[in-house]
Amino acid sequence: MIQHTIAEIKDPALSIQDLCVYYDKNKAVKNVSVDIKKNTVTAIMGPSGCGKSTLLRALNRMHELYDNIRTEGKVLIHDENIYDVPAIKLRRQMGMVFQRPNPFPTMSIYENVIAGYKLNGIRLKKSEKDEVVERSLRDVALWDEVKDTLHKKGTFLSGGQQQRLCIARALAFGPEIILMDEPTSALDPIATSKVEDLLVKLKENYTIILVTHNMTQAARISDYSLFMYLGELVEYGKTKNMFTNPKDPRTEQYLTGKFG
Amino acid sequence: MNTTENIRLQDTSKGRQLKDKLVLGMVILLSLITISPIVLIIGKLIAKGYRQISLEFLIQNTPDTYSAMTALANGERIPGGIANGIVGTLVMVTLASLIAIPIGIIIGIYLYENPGKRLANFTRSLSDVMQGVPSIVLGLISYLWVVKHVTNGYSALAGAVSLAIMMLPMIVRSTEETLKMIPNTLKEAALALGTPYHKVILRVLIPTGFSGMFTGILLGISRVLGETAPLMLTALGSSMINLDITKPTSAVPLLIWEFYNDPNMIDLIWSSSLMLMAIVLILNVISKQIAKKTK
Repeated sequence: MIQHTIAEIKDPALSIQDLCVYYDKNKAVKNVSVDIKKNTVTAIMGPSGCGKSTLLRALNRMHELYDNIRTEGKVLIHDENIYDVPAIKLRRQMGMVFQRPNPFPTMSIYENVIAGYKLNGIRLKKSEKDEVVERSLRDVALWDEVKDTLHKKGTFLSGGQQQRLCIARALAFGPEIILMDEPTSALDPIATSKVEDLLVKLKENYTIILVTHNMTQAARISDYSLFMYLGELVEYGKTKNMFTNPKDPRTEQYLTGKFG
Repeated sequence: MNTTENIRLQDTSKGRQLKDKLVLGMVILLSLITISPIVLIIGKLIAKGYRQISLEFLIQNTPDTYSAMTALANGERIPGGIANGIVGTLVMVTLASLIAIPIGIIIGIYLYENPGKRLANFTRSLSDVMQGVPSIVLGLISYLWVVKHVTNGYSALAGAVSLAIMMLPMIVRSTEETLKMIPNTLKEAALALGTPYHKVILRVLIPTGFSGMFTGILLGISRVLGETAPLMLTALGSSMINLDITKPTSAVPLLIWEFYNDPNMIDLIWSSSLMLMAIVLILNVISKQIAKKTK
């Protein structure tokens, strides 16, 4: 097992230790160990099927929706193993944004933002709700675009706006970490660049882990990068160093477009 | 060479246009043939039944044979109406819905959530089989269960149970099919917010699939509205409005059968059938509208 530690990461937001994920008997993520630095954007890159999404989903235990997936190893947040706390509590600490925008179609923009509170049965005063909605929508730079149509259905927005709405929904609950599974893959270039700008801004307050198959995106916005290949963590380091001076030949081949 | 080629192209394009027109004509003709029965049925019902339809027809009980005979002899409109049938149908269908909808939705959710499990597969095939059980058999079952052992006599409850068993598989399948169409990402989005499982179902899946499930329920209701056979064995019929669910009760289709068997009242079958058709059509239109609006 190769230990991918970066000396300067102290007090990590998330510490993955020897994590394996199995689909039935097939090992899809192989003994991954990394520390994720607070208030950074960390990109997980790799060709299709390398286990990057699987790894991300194991971090907020979304894999438990499927019977045939199991994990080994530990993931620590504040020295607490996430597999020892209730999944519901864990998921409230971690926001997740998906490949395709998925606002709740029965809810208005306003309700979508506070969906985390509504669905968890947490009652807020009207003024508190208004505040959470405005803050979250301002955070994702959507407030000015939707402030007059807050009570329209979220599905009326454009794709890029819907995705920012979904990010706002993930932020509303005040998570420490936001997991993003190729959040711009269904968006056009303009919407993509808006979301990317947003991520760079958001890292001031949140730790972002971003799965992307788009290396230029990783290069543009991430501070640290993980390169995965066939379930294995090949290389982990500062994005700048990895793109200019990759240590592993497989990383170099991927970055230069030889495969993937 | 150029001119001959042009001519050939023109020829084939003419032939193609002719074929297009032929196919279009066939499609229109066949569509007309398909819709003609329903048009003919409604036309016949209106032509024969409209004379009896009035406010009285909706709010009065069925006449007895004697008064119907007198009216016929004098060439007057047959007195009375089908209020006892309308109320009975409403009572039984409401009761049947109250039984079948919650159970059906719960089973549907179970099937959706556990697609590969053996019990789920077994339940799914059974509910498909149930859809094919002749309604008179369901009437017999309800007769055995409810008439014999619960109400000790013919009753609205027994009728409602037989109708509920009929509705159940339809609601189960429509719930499952509707939920299957909801993208999985929506469920994941809710779970990723830390939502407990039961709230995901109650607050996200059911509201999102509401229109589809509602359409299935309305179609199930309109299907049992016209059921006669099981009610003959369970609700029996009554000439008065009856709101006691442990007593025999009338229903519109039962009345149609009774009118058919009484030569003095045979004119009433058309107006009663028209009423029943109207209710079913209205329910159908409502369900289509809801499905369209929420899609």
